[in-house]
Amino acid sequence: MTDRERPEPTTIQPVGRSVSRRTVIKGLAATGGLAATGGILAACSSGATPAPSTGGGETAAPSAGGESPAASAGGSITFGSNYSDDVPKNAMQAVVDAFTAKTGIEVAVNTVDHGSFQDQISSYLQGTPDDTFTWFAGYRMRFFAGQGLATDISDVWSEIGSNYSDAFKAASTGDDGKQYFIPFYNYPWVVIYRKSLFEEKGYSIPATWDDFKALGDRMKADGLVPLAFGDSDGWPAMGTFDILNMRLNGYDFHIGLMAGNEKWTDPKVASVFEKWRELLPYLQEGALGRTWQDAAQAMIGKQAGMYFLGTFAGEQASEADRPDLDFFPFPTLGTEFDSELGIDAPIDGFMVSKAPKNLEGAKEFMRFLATGEAQNIFLESSPNNVAAANDADTSAYTPFQQKMAEIIGGSGAIAQFLDRDTRPDFAGPNGMQGFLQNFINDPEQDLTAYLQTIQDFWDSLV
Amino acid sequence: MSSTPAPLPAAPGSTTRPRQRYSLLTRQDKLVLAVLVGIPTLIHVGLVWIPTIASVILSFSSWNGIGGLENIEWVGLENYQRLPSYPPFIPAVTHNLMWLGVFLLIATPLGIFLAVLLDKEIRGTRFYQSALYLPVVLSLAIVGFIWELQYAPEKGFINNVLGTTEQGNLIDWLGNRDLNMWAVLVAASWRHVGYIMLLYLAGLKSVDHTLREAASIDGASERQTFFRVVFPVLRPINIVILVITIIESLRAFDIVYVINRGLNGLELLSVLVTNNIIGEAQRIGFGSSIAVVLLLISVGPILVYLNRAMRDQPG
Amino acid sequence: MTAIARQRAVPTAVTRERRSRLPRALLHAFLISVSILWLFPLLWAIYQSFRPFTETAAAPVALPQTLTLDNYTNAFERMEGFKYFFNTIVIVVPAMAVVLLLACGIAFAVSRFSWRFNLALLMLFTAGNLLPPQVIITPLFRIYLALPLPEVLNDKGLWYDSYFGIAMIHIAFQLGFCTFVLSNYMKTLPKELVEAALVDGASVLRTFWQVILPLCRPPLAALATLQFTWMYNDFFWALVLMPTGAKRPVTSALNNLQGQFFSDTNLLAAGSVLIALPTLIVYFALQKQFVRGLTLGSTKG
Repeated sequence: MTDRERPEPTTIQPVGRSVSRRTVIKGLAATGGLAATGGILAACSSGATPAPSTGGGETAAPSAGGESPAASAGGSITFGSNYSDDVPKNAMQAVVDAFTAKTGIEVAVNTVDHGSFQDQISSYLQGTPDDTFTWFAGYRMRFFAGQGLATDISDVWSEIGSNYSDAFKAASTGDDGKQYFIPFYNYPWVVIYRKSLFEEKGYSIPATWDDFKALGDRMKADGLVPLAFGDSDGWPAMGTFDILNMRLNGYDFHIGLMAGNEKWTDPKVASVFEKWRELLPYLQEGALGRTWQDAAQAMIGKQAGMYFLGTFAGEQASEADRPDLDFFPFPTLGTEFDSELGIDAPIDGFMVSKAPKNLEGAKEFMRFLATGEAQNIFLESSPNNVAAANDADTSAYTPFQQKMAEIIGGSGAIAQFLDRDTRPDFAGPNGMQGFLQNFINDPEQDLTAYLQTIQDFWDSLV
Repeated sequence: MSSTPAPLPAAPGSTTRPRQRYSLLTRQDKLVLAVLVGIPTLIHVGLVWIPTIASVILSFSSWNGIGGLENIEWVGLENYQRLPSYPPFIPAVTHNLMWLGVFLLIATPLGIFLAVLLDKEIRGTRFYQSALYLPVVLSLAIVGFIWELQYAPEKGFINNVLGTTEQGNLIDWLGNRDLNMWAVLVAASWRHVGYIMLLYLAGLKSVDHTLREAASIDGASERQTFFRVVFPVLRPINIVILVITIIESLRAFDIVYVINRGLNGLELLSVLVTNNIIGEAQRIGFGSSIAVVLLLISVGPILVYLNRAMRDQPG
Repeated sequence: MTAIARQRAVPTAVTRERRSRLPRALLHAFLISVSILWLFPLLWAIYQSFRPFTETAAAPVALPQTLTLDNYTNAFERMEGFKYFFNTIVIVVPAMAVVLLLACGIAFAVSRFSWRFNLALLMLFTAGNLLPPQVIITPLFRIYLALPLPEVLNDKGLWYDSYFGIAMIHIAFQLGFCTFVLSNYMKTLPKELVEAALVDGASVLRTFWQVILPLCRPPLAALATLQFTWMYNDFFWALVLMPTGAKRPVTSALNNLQGQFFSDTNLLAAGSVLIALPTLIVYFALQKQFVRGLTLGSTKG
């Protein structure tokens, strides 16, 4: 629900499409090539920056050396994907095609729209899931791993581990200390704006809360809505809660609250909503009836000056407008936690289901997805994220991406996002989604009673 | 479910025929008859009644839906005790009641009123009927979309006509929780009125004509004729329409689900049940307890309906 | 109903005399305004569906400068052509045929049993038909996850996520209404027909096929029209029981198309009109059947 493209289309990839005759032939050729070289894509040795994929099926993969698990793999695997919007869907297809070209393993992609995929993840994983599937790091990954619904891929990690930072490894590790997840990319939640608008009006980037509000006042005087806002889907408002809580109360308190170690009735939480009230005069009205896509359009269309959202908002911009988008981190609030630079930067990635029909093929796919090469292919078509692997080629990053990498790298406290950091039933439509909408609808309500309701709901779940 | 089916009971004055039993049946014939009855009964009971009973049983349990039945934990009445403090529960009940109130007090009477008007011999009655009835053939999901085009904040028809599309005076029809349920009810009534109109019109057509003429000759006004003569005669149909109105109010789901998945002021019991099973974390037991509440409310009108419909069954 | 309508075709002099011209004009004025009000939302959707996005964005309520079919081609493309319509057909046509056949069978058979049994069965079916679907969905969902299905019918080998499963729940739910209507109808058939057939030595099955079924053509036609519309319009069952987006019938799939369409209301309008089209066509072509289906219970005798 965090996630990007929440309300969006089902566009299912017909299984047959990815198995067009052309790819089959290419795949066969690739298998031959691989057999000849004996090399297999696996993890790359750390730091190595492979040449960006040149597209040829016969390109030998960087090899971590050693055995060749793929030689026995072959065949085909299935892949449940939630990349259903046009841009990421095509990007994912390019990754899959490159994998097939490389290994000869056919991938049948089952694309389900983002929202439905998440809603049905539990029954999907218990029923007859695809061999591999897209998912998110954090509590949400650990929950399903803990229920035995995912395959332990620690052996894959032992090969690819050096290609990731410790933070990524930790985010991929279940409660039992084993790894279940391959990080693919992440993206920060930041304040996005159009450079041309800021230049035209002579606005400067606000660093502190007061600067931020002063800028908002100027924008209002200029007839702009300072901050675009849309929360009809329930989750975008969580980003605002997260950032205010981390900046006011610190990362540790935020994560503790998500895990249930802190209470919602704590006055610290009330202070978050009090701060939120200060933002209200600057926020776009009618947020509860507006999707994030429409809110992004308001910022891109220059009716609104700024928009606090994940960088995926960039997907809403046309090709021509995209270079004009820029962003800055949420301003500091003048607390002891300012130096943490806490931020939401959710990680998206992949898992292997509990009993894949083709385990070797699935692991092979995981190894491929853990390469900078695969991540570069994806980011080429969808430059609104940054790659997770160390060996990803960052030289091709747009300035937008370089800045994302900088902000994430500069943060000392990275959270995943409210609905990835806490229990799904607590974060869901009848829980936090509804509670935050309730606050937006009536921000002046009595906070004591409001927060007590939230705490009671938490208590009823555990 | 798009519409509650409406088998109207026998029209007043229909004749029934005494039934005879036959004994011309061979053993094979009896077997065939048993199969003809058995298969549909099996399907219906298996997929409708067994789940209904299971809903009741599961409502005493706690289960996140993962693993087999052995993972079910029995918690007695705990789910029910938690219902009143479950934040969306009271709003959902209130909204279902609002839905019922609007249907009963506005939509259904309007449908009846239109049926009475259309029952006169007037020119173009077919056009009027078709226009009013048109929304009924649309799915409730499509009805939701069509009305979103009316209610959308910046691009919707209504706000543009009212001139309320600007920051400061924007009317957020579907987002403001003081407004959105009423906005949805307009859309739902748009469909319900036509449905009731059609059913009632059929009922009116079956009223013995001489009754009205007699009243008319006695000097009764049209209104008097309707309320004193026609309406009482149509009692069976009135009851059916009442029941349909209640059941439709309890079934309400599709429109709010396509608008915002039943959040933020559009909570309904049916949505709460659904959200507890589709979602990342299933709360099977708790969701079932809400389903049981829905069941208990439905039982009353269903019994009234059965009583009515079956009384008219020829013996 | 038809008989009554015919009877009423000649209005009596008394009623005609009592009506003056003015109220009649008022009545028409009222009915015309209500009709326009009723048609407006749909007409607006149709109008929007022909306008280009840029024009609507600039001036949502305005006379058109250009009208285009682009929204339709675009919507059709994004809905991947007939895919979802095909899913609907695969579910609805067999479900409709089976439910009518089964309902005919049981309606015929119960008329051979004791009255008490007959009534009990009818009550069970009708009550089931009236339940809100959400009352049964939670256990049904688990049952569907547990019931096996040959791989021919569903590659996942379960009722869950299969066309078959969706068709079955439609059948189970709609059986009540169809049985009720058909059993009422059959009671109006002359008993002598069945008796004569049986006396002639025809088996029950033959009597059913060759005597009863042909006689039931009128209610079957009406029920088929109605069932098509209801099953086509169903949103809920597939939403819960069919997780694979590509297999969903068109009405449920629409929900997933919404996100894509949301910022582009013209596209949303075109998508809605496209999806509403089959039911509108059925309605206009078979209006009489449609209305008869809904009111069948009252027409017997």
